[in-house]
Amino acid sequence: MPVTVFNKEEIHKSLVEVMDPEIPTLSVVDMGMITGVEETVTGVRVKMIPTFTACPALRVIKEMIKSKVESLGYENVEVQVDDSIIWNSDRITPNGKILLENFGLGTPQRHAGNFGLEEIAHSKCPHCGSEDTTMNSIFGSTLCRSTHFCFSCKQAFERFKPV
Amino acid sequence: MADDELIYGHRMSEWTGMGPIMEEDIAYSSMAQDKIGHALANYSILEKEFQTANPDKLAFFRKENEMMNCQLVELSNHEYDFSLVRHFLFDHADFIRYEMLSTSSFAPLAQLSKKIKGELKYHVLHADTWLTRLGNATDESHVRMQSALNELWNYALGIFEPSDFEAQLIAEKIFDGEKVLQQKWIEKISPIIEKANLKIPTSSSPVYGGRKGYHTDQLQPLLTEMAEVISSEAEGTEW
Ligand SMILES: [Zn+2]
Repeated sequence: MPVTVFNKEEIHKSLVEVMDPEIPTLSVVDMGMITGVEETVTGVRVKMIPTFTACPALRVIKEMIKSKVESLGYENVEVQVDDSIIWNSDRITPNGKILLENFGLGTPQRHAGNFGLEEIAHSKCPHCGSEDTTMNSIFGSTLCRSTHFCFSCKQAFERFKPV
Repeated sequence: MADDELIYGHRMSEWTGMGPIMEEDIAYSSMAQDKIGHALANYSILEKEFQTANPDKLAFFRKENEMMNCQLVELSNHEYDFSLVRHFLFDHADFIRYEMLSTSSFAPLAQLSKKIKGELKYHVLHADTWLTRLGNATDESHVRMQSALNELWNYALGIFEPSDFEAQLIAEKIFDGEKVLQQKWIEKISPIIEKANLKIPTSSSPVYGGRKGYHTDQLQPLLTEMAEVISSEAEGTEW
């Protein structure tokens, strides 16, 4: 018998407190990584998708989701990678983009699957909002970031890549 | 495909701490991380759909003649320009391969390919940027790039060595085949090579064999090293 009555809203809300280890101010919900919360015969199943195929933090994130849901009193919590959906940067919520900027990262523009060098190279500066920027390197300190420089405020910044 | 990613990922990772500039160091280790992740994802499909050994066993405990990677990816890194030209030649083929496979009738591979091709876009872009930059730089760098291209060309054509299952793959709409891939690849890279002021070698004889387990003497030392690293780590290695 499950200790707690299944409440999808409550579980979903709790996941807003599970942060992406790479960007500690952004939750897995704001990253668009959660694709479903379901009741199973004996417990709960949370479906999620990794951002990058080679995401080194995947195991850690799954563990964090599991313990968060368990902390609400649920038993038999299963975290499953959802093979039916592919993550892309359009899945980051509007709130997530604000948080990214507050964290000091440029944000990816919406691309609906269609983007090229121009979209990859062009980023608004997260410090001053200027569009007068240039890309230094398409690989930054983590897989999901590129490095840029702003001509207006003369500061370097990293950006969450469009994917 | 998985073996290509695995071996090439390890070659790329050898640039960590060795790159000509800091940015490039980071770029190669990021791409290496991606490639090894892509290898794992492919091995996982094999395990899940065809009940093969687990990804660790497939990756690190097979003999040299059981590896199906093309010879291009196993060659030692040599100088930076050699590595860069290989990166350009291989990643364009790899990107187009996954693009073609994203409409494959084999659903698990189609799904994975959609994801991987998005990530490979960055690898291709990186290669294009540096190829055109160095091809058009000093006379010396131009000469070095051209000689790397000459040296690597036949190995690159070896990417497209057909397997014994080629006809079946095409008939069952799993993959349009190596010929189509090679054609698309040539069309894609030719204008970029021209823009880099380089010339595609006129004579060609593809280096085949890799897909059937025949390799250069440069693969075994790499495999030995990979197995040693794995064995020295605890059970249930994290990728
Ligand atoms: Zn600025």
